[in-house]
Amino acid sequence: MNDMILSLMTFSPLAGLLLLFFIPKNSHGLLRGVALATSLVTFVISLPIMTGFVTNAEFQFVQKVPWIAAGPFEMSYHVGIDGISLWLVILTTFIMPIAILSTWTAVEERVKEYMIFLLLLEVGMLGAFVSLDMFLFYIFWELMLIPMYFIIGIWGGKNRIYATLKFFIYTMVGSLLMLIALIVLYFKAGGGDFNILRFYGLNLPAATQTWMFLAFALAFAIKVPMFPFHTWLPDAHTEAPTAGSVILAAILLKMGTYGYVRFAMPLFPQATEQFTPLIATLSVIGIIYAALVAMVQEDVKKLVAYSSVAHLGFVMLGVFALNQQGVAGGMLQMLNHGVSTGALFLIVGFIYERRHTRLITDFGGLSKQMPIFATVFMIVTLSSIGLPGTNGFVGEFLVLVGAYESNLRWYTVIATSGVILSAVYMLWMFQRVMFGELSNPKNQVLKDLNAREIVIMVPLIVMIFVMGLYPKPFIDRMVPAIDKMILISKTKQQVASVPAMPAMPAMPHAEPMTVTPAAEEK
Amino acid sequence: METIAMPAINFAAIMPEMILSVVAMVLLLINVFVPSEQKAYLGYMSLIGIIVTFVSVVSGWNSPQAGFNGAVLQDNFALFFKGIFLISAFLTILITDQYLQREECNWGEMYPLILFATVGMMLMASGTDLMTIFLGLEVLSVTLYILAGFNRNNVKSNEAGLKYFLLGAFSTGFLLYGMALTYGSTGTTRIAGIAEQVMQNGSVLANPMLLVGMLMMAVGFSFKVAAAPFHMWTPDVYEGAPTPMTAFMSVGPKAAGFAAFMRVLLVALPALRADWSMLLWVLAVLTMTVGNITALYQNNIKRMLAYSSIAHAGYVLVGFTAGNAVGTAGVMFYMLSYAFMNIGAFAIIVMVGKKGEDNNNVSDYAGFGFKHPVLGMCMSIFLFSLAGIPPAAGFIGKFYLFSGAIQAGYVWLAIIGVLNSAASVYYYLRVMVYMYMKDPTEEFDWLKVSPAIALCVILAVAGVLIPGIVPGTLLSLAQQAVLM
Repeated sequence: MNDMILSLMTFSPLAGLLLLFFIPKNSHGLLRGVALATSLVTFVISLPIMTGFVTNAEFQFVQKVPWIAAGPFEMSYHVGIDGISLWLVILTTFIMPIAILSTWTAVEERVKEYMIFLLLLEVGMLGAFVSLDMFLFYIFWELMLIPMYFIIGIWGGKNRIYATLKFFIYTMVGSLLMLIALIVLYFKAGGGDFNILRFYGLNLPAATQTWMFLAFALAFAIKVPMFPFHTWLPDAHTEAPTAGSVILAAILLKMGTYGYVRFAMPLFPQATEQFTPLIATLSVIGIIYAALVAMVQEDVKKLVAYSSVAHLGFVMLGVFALNQQGVAGGMLQMLNHGVSTGALFLIVGFIYERRHTRLITDFGGLSKQMPIFATVFMIVTLSSIGLPGTNGFVGEFLVLVGAYESNLRWYTVIATSGVILSAVYMLWMFQRVMFGELSNPKNQVLKDLNAREIVIMVPLIVMIFVMGLYPKPFIDRMVPAIDKMILISKTKQQVASVPAMPAMPAMPHAEPMTVTPAAEEK
Repeated sequence: METIAMPAINFAAIMPEMILSVVAMVLLLINVFVPSEQKAYLGYMSLIGIIVTFVSVVSGWNSPQAGFNGAVLQDNFALFFKGIFLISAFLTILITDQYLQREECNWGEMYPLILFATVGMMLMASGTDLMTIFLGLEVLSVTLYILAGFNRNNVKSNEAGLKYFLLGAFSTGFLLYGMALTYGSTGTTRIAGIAEQVMQNGSVLANPMLLVGMLMMAVGFSFKVAAAPFHMWTPDVYEGAPTPMTAFMSVGPKAAGFAAFMRVLLVALPALRADWSMLLWVLAVLTMTVGNITALYQNNIKRMLAYSSIAHAGYVLVGFTAGNAVGTAGVMFYMLSYAFMNIGAFAIIVMVGKKGEDNNNVSDYAGFGFKHPVLGMCMSIFLFSLAGIPPAAGFIGKFYLFSGAIQAGYVWLAIIGVLNSAASVYYYLRVMVYMYMKDPTEEFDWLKVSPAIALCVILAVAGVLIPGIVPGTLLSLAQQAVLM
C-alpha cells in the first residue's frame, strides 16, 4: 500500500475527470460537486502521506516501475517524496478544494470544461512534485501548461489571449532548454536511467555545469518568476479567473523554486556557487523593483501579482543562501506564499464578483459595510507583510537570518528594505480599499461574506496562525532533507576545489540515498 | 556460347509491392463498371488491399529478404517505413470519400493512384540500387502529380498539379544527374557496391565527382522532402491539392524521401560523412527556421500546415544529421507519429471545409471547440502533438531526434531545434485560440461526420496518444529497424 499511495493520490483527480465527461454539461451543481468531491478525496488520500512521513532525509513512499526502455534510454515511473516535496504536495492537495470551491459562482459558463481542466492541472502539479525520474518530471512539468493555458484563455479577462500565449511561450522556451540540458546530463551520466538519485552522484566538470545550470536555471527562473523573466506573471494573473490565479500563485510558481532546490543546486553545485551572486542580485532587484511597481498599481489583482514577484525574490534569496536556515526559510516561505497570496487572490475574487471591478479607486470604506470581510482581509494582509505571529514572519525571518549568515550579507541588508516596502504597499492598499468614506453608492449595498466564502477562508486563516505560531512540525520534517541537499552540494564543491583527490569515494552519503527503507520493505 | 547469368530473383523481397500493385490494377479495371455514386466501394476494397499488404509487411519482420541480385532489400528498415506508408495511405483513403463527394470529383481512379503511389514509396524504402530508388521515386512522383491536380474543376488544384510536375521534374533531373556522377566515379549503382568502392579505393574517395554526385543527389532528395531552400513548391501545391492528398503528400512521400535519402547517405556514402553531416546541419537549421517563421504568418490552415510540414522535415533532418542509432530510430518513430497527427488534423480540416475548398482559414475555426467538443478535443490533441508537448507521440519523437543530435555532439543543432519548436507553439496555439477563445462569426452548419472519417480520427488519436504515453514497444521496433 505504501508504495502505491503517491500514485493513488496523483491520479485520483483523473477518476473524477473521467466521471465529469459523462455528466451533462448543464447540471452545473453536479459538475461542481463532483470536482470538489474529487479534490477532497485527493486531499484525504494525501493525509496518510503527511502522518506516515518519517522524519529523515530519505525518499519515502517510493514506487518504481519500468516504463520506457528503448535504445540507450531507460525511463521509469519513479515517484517518492522527501521533506522538500512533502509540504508542497500537501499544499497542492490542500489548495485545490479551496480553489474549486471559490469558483462556485464565479464561473457560470462551460463549467464542465473548467472543472476538467482544474483536475487535470492537479494531476500535473502533484506528478511534478513526486517525480524522482527526471523524464517523468518533465512530462508532468509540461502537462501543467495545457490546462493552465485553457483556464486563462477561455475563462480569463479581456486581454486573456495575449496573456495566455505569453504565459505558454515563455514557459515553453525555458523548459525546452531544460530538456536539452537534461539529455546532455543523461549522456554525461553514461546511460542508465533518468533517476535523479543517480544524477546526484555525478561530478561534472565545471564548464559543463555552467551551461547546464544556465539551462535549468532559466527554465526555473521563468517559472518562479525572477526579474527580468517575470513579465508574463502580472499579465497571466490579471487575466486569469480567480481559481486560476490562486493555483498559479499558490502552487505553480513553486515549481520554479522547487526546481532549484531539487535539481539545479545539487546537480550543479559549482555552477550554483558561481552564479549565486547573479541570482542574489536578480532576487534583490526583484524584491525592490516589484515592491515599487506594486505600490503604484491601481488594480488590486495586479498589486498582489507584483507582490508575488517580491515574495518569491525572498524565497530565492533564502534558497541560495545555501545553509540550513536559509533553505528552510525559503521552503517555508514557499508554503506561506501559497497560503497568503492564495488567500489574497481569493479576496480579490470576492470583491470582483460583487463589483466587477478591481480598481482601488472604486472602493473605500468597505470595512463598515463588510466587517467579516474586513477582518479576514486584515489577517491575510498582515500575514503577507510578515507580522510576527503569522506565517509570513517565520519564513521571512529565517530567510533573512540564513542569508545574512551566508556570503549574501549585503544583499540581505538591501532585501530587508523590501520587507518595509511590502508593508507600505499592502497597508496602503488595505487602507484605500477598506477605510475612509463609504462614498460610492454601489459599495453601500455590498453584502458581507456568505457562508461558502467563509468556509473557503477559514482553513487558510487557520493555517496562517498555525504556521505562524507553531512552525516547528513543518520545519522539522524539512530539515533532514535540506541538510542532505546542502551536503550533496557542498561535498561536490569541495571535491572540485581539491584536485589532489581525484577519486573521492564518490559521496559517502550515496548509499542511503539509493536504497530507501520504503523500497526495501516491498 | 556463354549464357547470360540470370539475376537471382526473390519475389519474397517485393511481396508487399506485388500485392498492392495487383490490388491497384484490379481496382482500375473494376472502376470502369462502378457507377459514380458507388465509388466508395473502391475505397473499401483498397482498404482491404492495404490491410493484406500490411499483414505481409508485418510477417516479414526480422527476416530480411534480398532480391533481384541485390537491387532490392526488404529489411526491417524498409519494413518499418512500409508500415508508415501503408498507415498513411489507409488513413488518407478514409478521409477521401467524403471530400470527393463534396467537391463533386468522385472519380474512382483516386484509390488505385494512391495505391500506386504507395508502391512507389515502398520501392524507394527497400531499393538498394540507385536505379531501383529512382524507379520508385518516379512511380511515386508521377502519381502524385496527378493526385495533386486531381480536382480538375478547381483552378488551384490544376495549378498545384502543374507546379508540382514542373518543379518535381526539375528535381528529378538533379537526382538523376547526381546518380550518374556517382556511378561514373564508382562504376556501380548498387548501394553496397558504392560503399565497398569508396571504402577500399582511395582514389574513388578523392575523386571530386563523387562529392558532386552526392551533393546533386542531396539536392534532389531535399526537393522531395521539402527541405529549405528547396521547399518553394510546397505551400502552393499543398494549398491547391485536394485536402486528403495534401495530408497524404505531407506524410508518405516525405517519409519515402527520407528513407531513400538515409539509405544512400548512411549506407552507401558513410565515408563522406564529414561532408554530408555538415550539409545536413545547414539544411536542418534552414528548414526548421524558414518553415516555422513563415508558418507564423499564414491565415490559411492548409498553407500553415504546409509550412509546418517543412519545419517538421527540419526536425527530422536533425535526427538524420546525427546519423547514429538514436537519431535514425528517432526519424522513423517521428515519421510514424507525424503520419497520425498530421493526417488526423487534415481529417478535421476536411470536415470543417466547405465545397470549393472554402472555410480553410484559421478564423473559420472560431468557436469550433465548443460547438463540436469531441472533434475540438481531437484537433487539440493533434496540434499539441505537432507542437511537441507531452504526453503525445510528437513529443517522444522530438525527444529522440534531439537526443540523437546531442549524443552525436550536435548540441547547438538541438538547441536551435528546441527554440524552433517553441516558436512553432505560437501558430499551433493560434488555431486553438480560435477554436476555444473566440466567438464564432457565423453559425456552423451541422458537420457531416462519415463513419470513415470518424474511424480515421479515432485511429489517429490512438496513434498519437498511445505511443505518447507508452512509447516503449514502438521505440524498440524503430530501434530494431535501424540500419548499421
